[in-house]
Amino acid sequence: MSLEDYLYFVILPVLAISVILIFIRLLKGPSIPDRVVAVDLLVTIGIGMTAVYSILSGHSTFLDIGLLFGLIGFLGTVAYSSYLEKQKKK
Amino acid sequence: MIDTLIAILASIGTLFILFAAIGMLRMPDIYLRLAVTTKAATLGVGLLLVSAAIYFNDLSTTTRVFAVILFILLTAPVSAHLIGRAAYIIGNKMWEKTHTDELEGGYEWHSGKYGAPKKPIDQEIEEGED
Repeated sequence: MSLEDYLYFVILPVLAISVILIFIRLLKGPSIPDRVVAVDLLVTIGIGMTAVYSILSGHSTFLDIGLLFGLIGFLGTVAYSSYLEKQKKK
Repeated sequence: MIDTLIAILASIGTLFILFAAIGMLRMPDIYLRLAVTTKAATLGVGLLLVSAAIYFNDLSTTTRVFAVILFILLTAPVSAHLIGRAAYIIGNKMWEKTHTDELEGGYEWHSGKYGAPKKPIDQEIEEGED
C-alpha cells in the first residue's frame, strides 16, 4: 500500500468521521459557547485536511489556505466571545 | 523510509484529532470541552502539518508550515480563554462533580454588573470595562 493509498483510504475517512462527531455537537450543543467551540474545532480540522490534501495533490500552495483558515477561525471566535459578553441581561 | 515516517506522523495526528472529536461529544461541560479543543486538536494538526513539511522537503514549504504551526500555537489558548471567560460571565453551569470554582462570586452577570468583581481577582477588567 503506497503512501497515497494510505492517506486516501485511512487518514481522510478518520478525519471525516471526526468532523461528523463535532457536527453532532454543533447541532445539539446546549448553549451558544458550545457551538462556538465546535466551529473553532471544525476550522482547526479543516487546516489538517488541507495539509493532507496538499500531500495528495502535490501542490504545496494549499498550505497558505491553512494559514487563512487559522486567521478566520481565530477572528470568528474572538468576535463571538466579545459579542457574547456585551449582550444585555435577559 | 520517508513514506513510513510520514505515515506514522499522520496517523498519530489523526488519532489525536479523533480523540478530540470524541471528547467534544462525550465531555459533560463546556470548560472540559475547551481543554480538549486547545490541547489535543492543536497537537494533531501540528503533526499533520509536520508530515506535509517532511513530504515536500523544501525550504519555502517548511517555513510556511512553521508559520502556520506558530500561529495556531499562539491563537488557540487566546481564543479558548476568551470563549471560556464569555461562557462563565454569561452563566454557563459547571458539571456537578466539579468541586473547585475559584471565580465564584467574581463575575455577577445576574446583577447586571458583570466584569466588576467583588473580590479583587482581575484588576485590569475593572478599569477596562465601561
